[in-house]
Amino acid sequence: MAEPTKPPPAQAARGPKSPLLALTLARIRIFVREPAALFWVFGFPVLLAVGLGIAFREGPVEPVHVGLPAGDPGTAEVQRLLDGKEGLAVEVLAADALEERLAKGTIDIIVRYRGEGAEKGAAAAPEGAGAAVVDLRFDPARDEGRFARRAVDDALQRALGREDVATITEHTEIPRGRRYIDFLLPGLIAMNLLGSSLWGVGYAIVQERRGKLLRRFAVTPMRRSDFLLSFLLSRFVFLFAEVVALLGFGALAFDVTVMGSVVDVGILCVVGALSFMGIAAVIGARTDSVEVASGFMNLATLPMWILSGTFFSYERFPEAVQPIIQALPLTALNDGLRAVVNDGRGLIDVLPQLAVLVAWGVVGFAIGLKTFRWR
Amino acid sequence: MAEFDFDNAPAVRCTALEKRYPDVLAVAGIDLEVRAGECLAVLGPNGAGKTTTVEMIEGLTAPSAGRIEVFGRPWGQGARSDRAIRGVIGVQLQETHFQEKLTIDETLAMFHSFFPVGQSADDVLAMVALEGKRAARVGKLSGGQKQRLALACALIGAPRLLCLDEPTTGLDPQSRRQLWEVVEAFQARGGTVLLTTHYMEEAARLADRVAIMDHGKVIAEDTPDALVASLGADQVIELELEGAPPVGLDALPGVRAVRPHGDAIRLSVGDVARVMPGLLAHLEAVGAPLQNLSTHRATLEDVFVEKTGRALRE
Ligand SMILES: Nc1ncnc2c1ncn2[C@@H]1O[C@H](COP(=O)(O)OP(=O)(O)O)[C@@H](O)[C@H]1O
Ligand SMILES: [Mg+2]
Repeated sequence: MAEPTKPPPAQAARGPKSPLLALTLARIRIFVREPAALFWVFGFPVLLAVGLGIAFREGPVEPVHVGLPAGDPGTAEVQRLLDGKEGLAVEVLAADALEERLAKGTIDIIVRYRGEGAEKGAAAAPEGAGAAVVDLRFDPARDEGRFARRAVDDALQRALGREDVATITEHTEIPRGRRYIDFLLPGLIAMNLLGSSLWGVGYAIVQERRGKLLRRFAVTPMRRSDFLLSFLLSRFVFLFAEVVALLGFGALAFDVTVMGSVVDVGILCVVGALSFMGIAAVIGARTDSVEVASGFMNLATLPMWILSGTFFSYERFPEAVQPIIQALPLTALNDGLRAVVNDGRGLIDVLPQLAVLVAWGVVGFAIGLKTFRWR
Repeated sequence: MAEFDFDNAPAVRCTALEKRYPDVLAVAGIDLEVRAGECLAVLGPNGAGKTTTVEMIEGLTAPSAGRIEVFGRPWGQGARSDRAIRGVIGVQLQETHFQEKLTIDETLAMFHSFFPVGQSADDVLAMVALEGKRAARVGKLSGGQKQRLALACALIGAPRLLCLDEPTTGLDPQSRRQLWEVVEAFQARGGTVLLTTHYMEEAARLADRVAIMDHGKVIAEDTPDALVASLGADQVIELELEGAPPVGLDALPGVRAVRPHGDAIRLSVGDVARVMPGLLAHLEAVGAPLQNLSTHRATLEDVFVEKTGRALRE
């Protein structure tokens, strides 16, 4: 039995012979076979973009809803005066229905024509005989109410012969890259990269450590660097898909265009993702508890979603916290992406943001690799 | 720098090996040798230090003291040398959860890619009888099938040394026999096997030599036959009596040792026929009514009881 060992017959390999390729392929397969992960990475941001994009879309301007009491002797006269005026929608309704609709806000103002000349008991006597007396009823607590008062006043006064003394010209179009959806889309891309980098790397490592699969890897001759690089490679495959999906969706659905260079967007996204993976490397370095890791990843993401200006500008936060906000990696990626996508800037203009991202990435990977535990 | 010596060096040589954890000495200084081409079983109860020992040999756990060589090559001669050692060892850890979303084929191909040489996945799957399941996701496999996949991953790199940590714990008897056959086939082709177990049947069936381990120490090491023979008594009489065990049993002619075993008493004897008349007469004389009496050939279990005073599976 104890004769010298001969190695069992070695044969050609099936499948990829490069460990890096094999690990990367495995990670990609695992990811695409997880429907929940696919939804959070691809479905959720698109849904957010649709919802917020529609909610904040500048649609046709809502007209002022004017109500006139049916059966009132002056109603016909008011109707004639306001007829066809831009921005006014006039309806004639019973008096109690008017009050009800005013309370609900589906009518902004009620107009009663009281005839010409001073009426007995009228609070304010009009100047001069023969001037029309009009009573306006509205809710001054509503913006629409106050606006309706001015619009109706204006329309009536002009219809009754008031002369305008100045010529007003208007510029109301919103320049490209300044709509809310233009602001939102780069924020969603950055948020998406943060989430998928953290969960894609941190969660996977911790889950494999918990399942003692890391130890199993550690007793093979696989290079440690291949293990690390397989995360980066598989993430970059999905990063490409994520960014293209969101930018493409923005272009098709909302006509969002990249004002700067698409290559610059790509570079920013890669640096940003590396930075977030550095954070994931720290979170995933030691723990074998998926719950602990999830907690830390939520702790990392949620405050940044708010502080870093994903949905609204962080300028609204107090001056004192601005330095902290500026130092966050998500802020850096948001600002960098917006500068390139919305303002057409180049990489030179976003060097400070790139520096912040690189700093987080380098420190993260340094700590993560130094403290990494295979068991 | 020492290279491999596959012709003359033992597959594994541990010298004064020790692993100290903050509150326990898991391995308390052992010398252990696995000869090339043999199957060595490390037999011991839970917590004996078997896993710690094997994981130090696999290079997974750093020893607190001592030295380990694999085919003459010590661990810790640099990353390249350590990788070379990993390349000749096939490992099945006590517990591994492979990725549930990957298929058997994909899992095996991934492990295959880690090794400089390897056997074909077809051969390995045939060996562990999983050919029919190649396309099945790991998450859908039974416990026995997962265990066989773990064995397949240990074999895929065409190792010279196979390290199996309690490979059959929790398996049904049929899966257990199947796994034994794979190990025997590997050894028949010249492979070396290091195996831990707390089943003495497994050690008796597979091992050329057995190292009995308890409390971090190797307390006996020899062939199964020699270990049993070392008892100097190859038969065991087990008695169940009413009331307290009587005195004087160990003074009877032919009785080598007397030990309690649960509620029963075990006598190690050389020859049952020679002991029995005296034993029955003695029980009669002291008035201890016999409830049950059985005899069996001495086993590794009896060796363990003899050396530690405890049963293996307590
Ligand atoms: N990582 C560890 N930290 C602390 N104690 C450990 C660790 N691993 C094992 N031990 C202890 O070392 C002893 C031996 O454990 P182990 O080698 O797993 O035994 P076996 O495999 O024989 O059941 C046990 O007391 C166990 O609790
Ligand atoms: Mg164990």
